Amino acid sequence: MDLTLKIWRQDGPDNPGRMETYPVSGVSADMSFLEMMDMLNDQLIREGKDPVAFDHDCREGICGMCSMFINGEAHGPGRGVTTCQLHMRSFQDGETIYIEPWRAAAFPVVKDLAVDRSAFDRVIQAGGYISVNTSGETLDANAIPVPKEDADAAFNAATCIGCGACVATCKNSSAMLFVSAKVSQFALLPQGQPERLSRAKRMVEQMDKEGFGNCTNTGACAVECPKGIDLSNIARMNRDYLAATLKGE
Amino acid sequence: MSTLDSKIPKGPLADKWKNHKNAIRLVNPANKRSIDVIVVGTGLAGSSAAASLAEMGYNVKAFCFQDSPRRAHSIAAQGGINAAKNYQNDGDSVHRLFYDTVKGGDYRSREANVYRLAEVSTSIIDQCVAQGVPFAREYGGLLDNRSFGGVQVSRTFYAKGQTGQQLLLGAYSALSRQISKGKVQMFNRHEMMDVVVVDGKCRGIIARNLVTGALERHAAHAVVLASGGYGNVFFLSTNAMGSNVSAAWKAHRKGAHFANPSFTQIHPTCIPVSGHHQSKLTLMSESLRNDGRIWVPKKKEDVEAIRKGTKRPVEIPEEDRDYYLERRYPAFGNLVPRDVASRAAKERCDAGFGVNETGEAVFLDYASAIERYGKTEAHVRGLKNPSDEEVRGLGKEVVKAKYGNLFDMYKQITADNPYETPMKIYPAVHYTMGGLWVDYNLMTSVPGLYAAGEANFSDHGANRLGASALMQGLADGYFVLPYTIGDYLADDIRTGPISSDLPEFEEAEKQVGDRIAHLINNAGDTPVDDFHRRLGRIMWDNCGMARNEQGLRQAIADIQALREEFYKKVRVPGKAEGFNPELDKAGRVADFLELGELMCKDALDRNESCGGHFREEYQTPEGEALRDDENYTFVSAWKYNGMPSEAELVKEDLVYENIELKQRSYK
Repeated sequence: MDLTLKIWRQDGPDNPGRMETYPVSGVSADMSFLEMMDMLNDQLIREGKDPVAFDHDCREGICGMCSMFINGEAHGPGRGVTTCQLHMRSFQDGETIYIEPWRAAAFPVVKDLAVDRSAFDRVIQAGGYISVNTSGETLDANAIPVPKEDADAAFNAATCIGCGACVATCKNSSAMLFVSAKVSQFALLPQGQPERLSRAKRMVEQMDKEGFGNCTNTGACAVECPKGIDLSNIARMNRDYLAATLKGE
Repeated sequence: MSTLDSKIPKGPLADKWKNHKNAIRLVNPANKRSIDVIVVGTGLAGSSAAASLAEMGYNVKAFCFQDSPRRAHSIAAQGGINAAKNYQNDGDSVHRLFYDTVKGGDYRSREANVYRLAEVSTSIIDQCVAQGVPFAREYGGLLDNRSFGGVQVSRTFYAKGQTGQQLLLGAYSALSRQISKGKVQMFNRHEMMDVVVVDGKCRGIIARNLVTGALERHAAHAVVLASGGYGNVFFLSTNAMGSNVSAAWKAHRKGAHFANPSFTQIHPTCIPVSGHHQSKLTLMSESLRNDGRIWVPKKKEDVEAIRKGTKRPVEIPEEDRDYYLERRYPAFGNLVPRDVASRAAKERCDAGFGVNETGEAVFLDYASAIERYGKTEAHVRGLKNPSDEEVRGLGKEVVKAKYGNLFDMYKQITADNPYETPMKIYPAVHYTMGGLWVDYNLMTSVPGLYAAGEANFSDHGANRLGASALMQGLADGYFVLPYTIGDYLADDIRTGPISSDLPEFEEAEKQVGDRIAHLINNAGDTPVDDFHRRLGRIMWDNCGMARNEQGLRQAIADIQALREEFYKKVRVPGKAEGFNPELDKAGRVADFLELGELMCKDALDRNESCGGHFREEYQTPEGEALRDDENYTFVSAWKYNGMPSEAELVKEDLVYENIELKQRSYK
């Protein structure tokens, strides 16, 4: 199929950006979206032009590195997939496709479609862990039974890949879904109880410091999340944050 | 020919690690604060090592080329992690895990290392649970297990098909905790360009900031490489796009021996190649072989009909199907080790029974598992005389709960629904058993330079068992390296900070800069990927699932010619400064072009078949790998001598005191 690509080009965080138009032809329906981008870059390099910079790594939907805003949607059309898992059979011959980076104050553009998501790392550093040393001298793994329901719920929250689609989707650029997924994973497990409230408080405070916006309960984040992280995580985090504030944690 | 000292502690196998830990030197907490350690790579081995060393008190600098340490490729491991917990009471033990791993590795791994690995495996599970890793559990609240290839017990712990993700996020959270304390300084989007050796000891690295392009000098008392494997030398593999050999290869060029480079794991269950545009291959977890049955049609006319689309696989009657793994290996059936399963698929496809257009695919069928689970579920729910449709519906629910994300991934990539029609799969490059040679302490042949996880060669011999990579990465990082590195660093308590102004740093930085300038200024016209793809084809055809002398000799000549062409014709766009992913890639492919040749040289030198290394000249009448224990029970460690073709073989003899070497049989 033949396509017209409108791609955001930006040299660096302090440079102005612009949309540029690139025609590509001979795209196969079996290609992944990123393979189509590889094809474009191959073409640009051969023409002596600057290829489009974008982040990607595992190309199987788990590393969370790929991050394209395609036709106005994080990771493009389709639910439950990352950009790398999106295939060209989702598009039609002759279509014009708009490709932009994640847009959020807390995610400055590195170049073109690649953005800096280290704010997420700093939120995790503020409390996204259980404070236990890695000595191996802990309890036997089966010493504390965990109800299957709780373990499964914790797992579901823990499947967040930290891609930032929630932030990119939110009209306020809020990171509540991302932060609440990590808070919930630990809040649902017995091992996470000792630091439960202080963890929520520290992570929320860091989130605010990074310049993410506020949550207005629109729920678009959960719709576009490639891993289906549930909105109830946000409610859980709000409850823990409130409790932490009341207790003066 | 010189030989290598593996520094295996004396004494009975089961006491070696305990005695060694008791005997090695320690560094007191105050002195640790004045010692710096660099960790390259933040996968399971790197993150766990960086976190553990920082907890102990060392000053750690950690580096990853991705935009966050959480994205290292360990994240993509699907199936699970082995541990000799024997929670299932099915006869498992440390000794059995040790035995299975040595046998699975076709008797080409080091006994003492493997035993230690099995020994610490149980602590890994305890540790991960304490960190909040949400492993799968049974209704009683205890941990669930499943089976993997090459074993007859259920010792694999898992978190759906995302075990690597959950373990890595556990290690990442431990690492993040140390970053917040200032004990680890984290360098995202940084690539190691070279190691710096001062007076015979590794004292730091040259790194490149991938955002600005600036070269940086980082000095330390010791350096740990946890930079992963080199499967991407094949271009198409299940590795992430950025996975590369460069850190290990630079260390090799600075004196670290590279061990068993030709030992590559070709994983039997991957989604087949769909066309020239393909950039990577996707694994379908080995856990699928717990319940799935692998087959091809018995009749050529059925093969033709399926390829043409005139017959659907479900229309082939049971008696016309060849469940070739069950036929050839009745004792292990579909759960034979990876190398055996891959070769068997190749054998059927080479014989003309491949089931897709390219003739390179076999079926992985869930129909009987869906029916079996459906019947059980109907019984549990007390349904009387359920219809076939009801049974299948219930069965699909069970399969979905176990493997849902894998089935979804398959559907997304192929547009086929695996609940209704068998999946098509074919072997693909997945893991590299070879890597930097290390002694029992995980130190390479350069003092002060350590290698952990897939980057080293030590534990898997010629073939790795499923769910053992995660185990090894975390064992090295959490429980081995933190002890053994102290023995070396004990000499450094009075050294003081290492200066990065030393001439060795200056020289290394200059060499790196020159190399980058050469690539960026080259007046070529061909993109990097073009060369990478061609290298991959040479490697896959000649140094893949089957190798022979003639092919390997040809491959060596072809790679040399390709390398020459690369330096003449490659075009790297942009500048050395600023964010330039094509430049990053060019440097990595340049190193693959050297490594590929060494792999072929190693494969040519080893005149036997073992594990993933299958030389067509050396096979049993039944087509199984034929080892030559008399002449090849050693590790081939290669010493760099200016060019891959000049590499010198240094042997480490493997001594088996506790296991009898046998022809591996899964029949």
